[in-house]
Amino acid sequence: MSAVLPRPRTTAPRERNRPRALVIRAPGTNCDRETTLALELAGARVESVHLERLLAGSRGLHDFALVVLPGGFSFGDHLGAGALWAHQLQALGDPLTRFVASGRPVLGICNGFQALLRLGLLEGGALAPNASGHFECRWIWMQRTATAHSPLLADIDRIAMPIGHGEGRFVAKDAATLRAMHVQGQAALVYCDADGNPGGYPVNPNGSQGAVAAVTNRAGNVLGMMPHPERNVTSGQAPAGRPDGAGLAIFSNAVRLARG
Amino acid sequence: MSAHAVWALEIVPNDQAVDPHTRALAQILHDLGRRHPGVTHGRLYLISGEQSPQLQQLVRNLCLDPVIAEARSGTRSHADEGWLIEILPHPGVTDAEGDSLAEALTRDGIPGIRVRAGHRYHIADALDATTVATAARHLAHDVVERVSWRPATCPPDESWWDAAFMPDAAPDRTVATIAIRALDPSALQELSARMLLSLPRQDLVAIGDYFESIGRDPTDVELETIAQTWSEHCAHRTFKATIRHREPGADDLEIHGLLKTYIMAATDAVNRPWVLSAFRDNAGVIAFDRNHEVSFKVETHNHPSALEPFGGANTGVGGVVRDVLGVSAEPIANTDVLCFGPLDTSAAALPPGTLPPQRVYDGVVAGIADYGNKMGIPTVNGATLFDPGYVANPLVFCGTVGLAPRGLRPTEPCPGDLIVVTGGRAGRDGIHGATFSSDVLGTSHAELGSVVQIGDPIVEKRLADALPRARDLGLYSAITDCGAGGLSSAVGEMASVLGAEVELDRVPLKYDGLRPWEIWLSEAQERMVLAVPPHHWPALHDVFAAEGVEATSIGRFTGDGQLRVRYDEQIVADLDCAFLHDGMPIRQLESVWPTPSPIYSSIAPETDLTRLLERALSDPNVASKEPIVRHYDHEVQGRTVGKPFVGPFDIGAADAAVMRPVARSWRGLAVGCGINPWYGEIDPYAMALLAIDEAMRNVVVVGADPARTALLDNFCWGNPMLPDRLGGLVRAAQGCHDAAVAFRVPFISGKDSLFNEYRLADGTSRPIPGTLLISAIGIVPDIRRTVSMFLKRPGNLLYLIGLTGDDLGGSLALRLAGQRGSRAPVVNLATARRTLSAIHRATRKGLLQSCHDLSDGGLAVAAAEMAIGGGFGLEIDLRNVSTATCHSEPAGEESRLLRTDTGAGRDSSFLGMTHQGLSDATLLFAESPTRFLVEVAQEDAATFEAILGKTPHARIGVVLAQPQFRATSDRGTVIDADITRLRTCWLTPLAEAAV
Repeated sequence: MSAVLPRPRTTAPRERNRPRALVIRAPGTNCDRETTLALELAGARVESVHLERLLAGSRGLHDFALVVLPGGFSFGDHLGAGALWAHQLQALGDPLTRFVASGRPVLGICNGFQALLRLGLLEGGALAPNASGHFECRWIWMQRTATAHSPLLADIDRIAMPIGHGEGRFVAKDAATLRAMHVQGQAALVYCDADGNPGGYPVNPNGSQGAVAAVTNRAGNVLGMMPHPERNVTSGQAPAGRPDGAGLAIFSNAVRLARG
Repeated sequence: MSAHAVWALEIVPNDQAVDPHTRALAQILHDLGRRHPGVTHGRLYLISGEQSPQLQQLVRNLCLDPVIAEARSGTRSHADEGWLIEILPHPGVTDAEGDSLAEALTRDGIPGIRVRAGHRYHIADALDATTVATAARHLAHDVVERVSWRPATCPPDESWWDAAFMPDAAPDRTVATIAIRALDPSALQELSARMLLSLPRQDLVAIGDYFESIGRDPTDVELETIAQTWSEHCAHRTFKATIRHREPGADDLEIHGLLKTYIMAATDAVNRPWVLSAFRDNAGVIAFDRNHEVSFKVETHNHPSALEPFGGANTGVGGVVRDVLGVSAEPIANTDVLCFGPLDTSAAALPPGTLPPQRVYDGVVAGIADYGNKMGIPTVNGATLFDPGYVANPLVFCGTVGLAPRGLRPTEPCPGDLIVVTGGRAGRDGIHGATFSSDVLGTSHAELGSVVQIGDPIVEKRLADALPRARDLGLYSAITDCGAGGLSSAVGEMASVLGAEVELDRVPLKYDGLRPWEIWLSEAQERMVLAVPPHHWPALHDVFAAEGVEATSIGRFTGDGQLRVRYDEQIVADLDCAFLHDGMPIRQLESVWPTPSPIYSSIAPETDLTRLLERALSDPNVASKEPIVRHYDHEVQGRTVGKPFVGPFDIGAADAAVMRPVARSWRGLAVGCGINPWYGEIDPYAMALLAIDEAMRNVVVVGADPARTALLDNFCWGNPMLPDRLGGLVRAAQGCHDAAVAFRVPFISGKDSLFNEYRLADGTSRPIPGTLLISAIGIVPDIRRTVSMFLKRPGNLLYLIGLTGDDLGGSLALRLAGQRGSRAPVVNLATARRTLSAIHRATRKGLLQSCHDLSDGGLAVAAAEMAIGGGFGLEIDLRNVSTATCHSEPAGEESRLLRTDTGAGRDSSFLGMTHQGLSDATLLFAESPTRFLVEVAQEDAATFEAILGKTPHARIGVVLAQPQFRATSDRGTVIDADITRLRTCWLTPLAEAAV
C-alpha cells in the first residue's frame, strides 16, 4: 500500500469479523486503490493482487471470502473491453467456478463487469460501445428494479454515482432474454433521473437496452455494474444534490454476505 | 505451413449506426455529395506466422463477442458489390492492439506470431474510383497509416498485407565518421540541414573547435548527441541567451538570460519555504502537508499534434506524466489547454499541408482522453481557445499533478550505479523530435513521418504501478524520463557531472536494423531511466517484472566525466561531459518591441446589449466546453471533490478543480489556469500580468490560499531569431516577473515552445499569436470551505468585487465587433494581492454562497454563467458598479506599462456614457482584472462587507427566482434576457461540433 491512501484508523469491526477481500489487478486496471479504500471502509481486510500472482499460484482464491474485479482498461481494452482480462481469468479455472458456486460475493465494476460478461460468470448480453460513440464521464442515478433480489443490493433503492466508460451499452442476447432478466431480477439496477423516472440521453448515458446498468447472476452473489460505487464512498465525493458516500452500501452488503 | 503466410480476420460490429468509424466515413462520403451511403466498418487483424486451425480458432475467440459483432474471414474476397478500403499502421509504427493479441497468443502456447491491427470499410454503393480514392485518403492519417482500396470482388493484395509488417533486418552496426574538420562554415550548415540537426552556425563552429582540440572527427552518434543536447527543446537556448532588447523611448536593455533574470529571479524574490524544487527536476515540487509533497508540470506537444493530432496529443500526455514519475510521484490529475483554428475554417483558407481544424480538434481531444482515461488519471482542468492564428500550428498543453510522500525523492546518481532503462522498447519512433520541435514547420510534413510517436498508455500504467514500490523500497538513487532526444538526453543529463559508460547493444529493441545512433536517439515512448546501486539491481528488476515491465541494465555511471558509448565493444561516442553540457555558445540575440500605434475602437452606442450577451455566450471561446470535457474521466481515483461541472444541472463550468489528494485529510488542492493571447496582440507584458491574475483568481475563487499557491509558465512563441517575435517574448517574461513578485507567488516550473511558425507556400513564415499559459496550483486549507460558481438562492445579494475601468482592449466584446483596441487592461499590482486575500478570508469564514471570476466577456458573461449554472435569474444595477475613475496605474517606478500606454487611444465608446464616464457596454463587457462576482446571503452582508474592508466592492444586485437576466442603468433596462435562451446560446456551439 502506498503512502498516498493511508489505511483507515481502526474503527472497523474486530479483526475476526473482517472478511478477507481480494481485488484482482491486471495491467491497465486503474480503480484498484479507491476500490481497496471502499472495501476497507466497509470493514474488509483487503489484498490487491496482480493477476499474474494468482496465475502463478502464489495466492489462491480459497484464501478470500470476497472478490472484486475493479475498473480500468485492462490490457488497454484491446480486442474488446475486458476481453483479454477475461481470457486470462479463465485460466484460473475450477477455483473461480467453485468460488461463485459457494455463494460468496463477486463484484465487477466497469471494466470488471465487462470481464465478468466475457467470462460467462454473468449472462444475458454484452457491453457494446456507447451509443454516443465515445467515452463519457458524468454522474448518473440508478433505480433498483422491483424484481432484483441480490443481497448485494439490500436496502438500496435509488442511488447516485459517476460513470466513466466508452463501452457500457448493455445489449441483451435477444428480447426474450432481456424480459427474462427483468422477471428473474437479474437486470438489477436501471438508469433513471433524480426522481426515479426513465429517460433518454443523458439519463440513460450510453443507450443501454432496458436502461440496464447492473446485472446479477440468478443466485444474486455475482454483481456487475458499469457505474462506479467506489467513487462515492466518503463525504465530499458527491456533487451537491446527491447523497454523499451512497456507494459504500454496495461494499457493505458484499462484506456482510462474505461474513456469512 | 498453410497456403497463406498472412491470415486475416475481420470483426464487424452488429450495430453499425453507432460505430464512430462508420459515421466518419459516411460523413466524408456525404461531404463528397453521396447521400445516405451504405457503409460498414470492421476491425481487421492480420495474423502472420505458421497458420493452424487452433491458432485461427483462438484468434476468433479472443476477438469476437458474438452478442455484439460477427467475424468474417478477411482473407476471402467479398462477394458483395461496392468497394473495400483498408487502413493499417505503417510498419514499425506502434500497434498496441496487435501487440496485445500476439502476447496473448504467446501466453497460450503459440509463439512467433506477428499481428497488425487495422480497419476495413465496406462501401455498398457503386461509386466511381476517384470518389473512393478521395474518401480513403481522407480517412487515413498518412503520417502513421497506409491505406488501400479495391472493388469488393477483388481478392486481397497479399503483398500489401506483407508490407504492414516490419521486414526482418540484421543488426546494423554502421557508425559513420563525419569529417567536419575539413568543412568550411557553409558546408557545415549544409551538413546540419541534411542530418536534421537544426544547429546554427555558431554551434557548428564550437563543435568543430572541440573536435579540432581532441584531434579527430566526430562519429554520427557524437554529432547527434550534441545536436540533441544543444537543441532549443532540451537546452532552452533562447531563455538562456544574452538579449539586447530595444523599445522606443527606453534605454536599450541587455538581458543575461530571460529564465534567470525574470522567472527564477521572481521565485528567489518571493522566497517561499514550501517550494521544495523549482526549475531543477522534471517537475516543480511544493509541500502539501507534513507528510506529502505535490508536483506539477505542464508541457507542450504542438508540432507532433499538428501532424498527427491523436498521436501527438496522446504522447503529449504520456510525456508529461513521465515528468511527474521522474520526481518519484504518482500522477493524480491531468490538465489540458488547447488552441485551435476556428472549426469552420474553409478548406481554401488552409495553408498547404495543414489539417483542417475540425480534424485536429477531434484527434487531439480523442488523444488526450485515450491516454489519461486509460492510465486512470482524472483530467480535471483546462481551457480551449479558437483563433485563426492557430490554424496551421495548433497548441496542445498537457499538465500532470503528482503526489508523493516527502523525503523519498532520489535525485543524485552515484559512481558505480547501474544505468537501467525500463518500460517500452526502442524503435525508429520519434527520432529527431527534439531538433524538429526546435525548427519551423515546413510544408513537407509527410517526409518527417518518423518524428511522430504513437503511445501505449498501458505500458506507462505498468511503469506507474511499479515505480512507487521501487521508490518506497529505496531501490534507486536517481530517475529521469526518457523523452525528447531519447537515451542521449536522459543518460546524458543524468551523467552530466559523473560521466557514464553505455553498451548500446543491450538496449531492448522492437525490431532489428537500427543503427547505433538511432538506438541512442530513439524517442520510443513509455521509458524511464534509473540510476540503481548494483546491490539493489535484483530487487528492482523483480519489482518491475511483477508488473510485467522490462528493465535492462545498459551501463553504469563512472565518475570520470566522460560520456562513453559502445556498440559491440566498439566505442561509438566518447565526449567530455563538461563540453557537452557547458560548451554550447551563449546565443546573442536582438529583440525589439515597437510601441503599437493607437487605434480608436468602440462598441457602437446603439448596440443591442442583450444580443451582444447572446453572441458572447455563443462564441466558441466562451461557450460550454462540456462536449469536450465529458470525454475525459474526471472522477477516477475518487479525489475530484471540485468537479469541472457544478450545479443542479451539472452544466455550470467551474473556475478551477479541487482535488482531495489524501483520503483522510480535509486539505485540498486547487488547479486552475490563465491564458489570453488576444491581450498579447496588444502587449505581451500586459498579457502576462493578466494571465497570472486570471490563474490566481481561478484557484482563489474555489478556495485556494493565495499565499500557498505556486505557478507554472508555458510560453509558446514564434521564431525567437526574429527580433520582433523575441521582443514580445521579452515583454511577456518581464510581466511574469513583475506579477509573480507583486502577488508573492513563486514559479516552480516552466517550459518554452518556440519556433511555432508555419512556412507558407510562398516562403514567408507566419508566427502563432504569442501565447502564455499560466497554470496555478494552490493549497485549499479545508475542502469543506470550497465555493462553487452557480447561483444558490433567490433573494441573495450580488456583490461585484474590484474596480471596473475603461478596459475593452483585447476584449471579447471588441473582437465580436471585429476590433482589437490598442490598450490591454492593467492589473493593479499594488492592490491585486490584497483583493485576492480578502476573497480568501471571506471564503474561510464560509460567507460566499457562490463566487465567479470575471474574465472573457466581463461582468455580463460571468453573471450569465452563474445564472445558467444555478437555474436562477438575477438583476443588476450598473449604477452601483465601482469604477476606476482614472485607470489604475501600476505601482513602482519601473512600471513597464506606462511606456506603451502613452498616446494609446481609449478602447471604449465615448457616447452613451452613463456612469462615471463608462458606457453601459463597458460596464458590462470590459475585462478589467482582479474582479469577482459574489453571492452573499442577506444575513451575512454586514460581516462580508466588514471582512472586505477597503477592498473595492459594491452591492450591485440580487438573485431572482424567475429565470431572467436584467441589467439596468440610467437608460433603463439595457439587458433583458431569458436564462433558458442564454443557456441554449452557451451550450449549443461546441455540441454541434461534437467530436
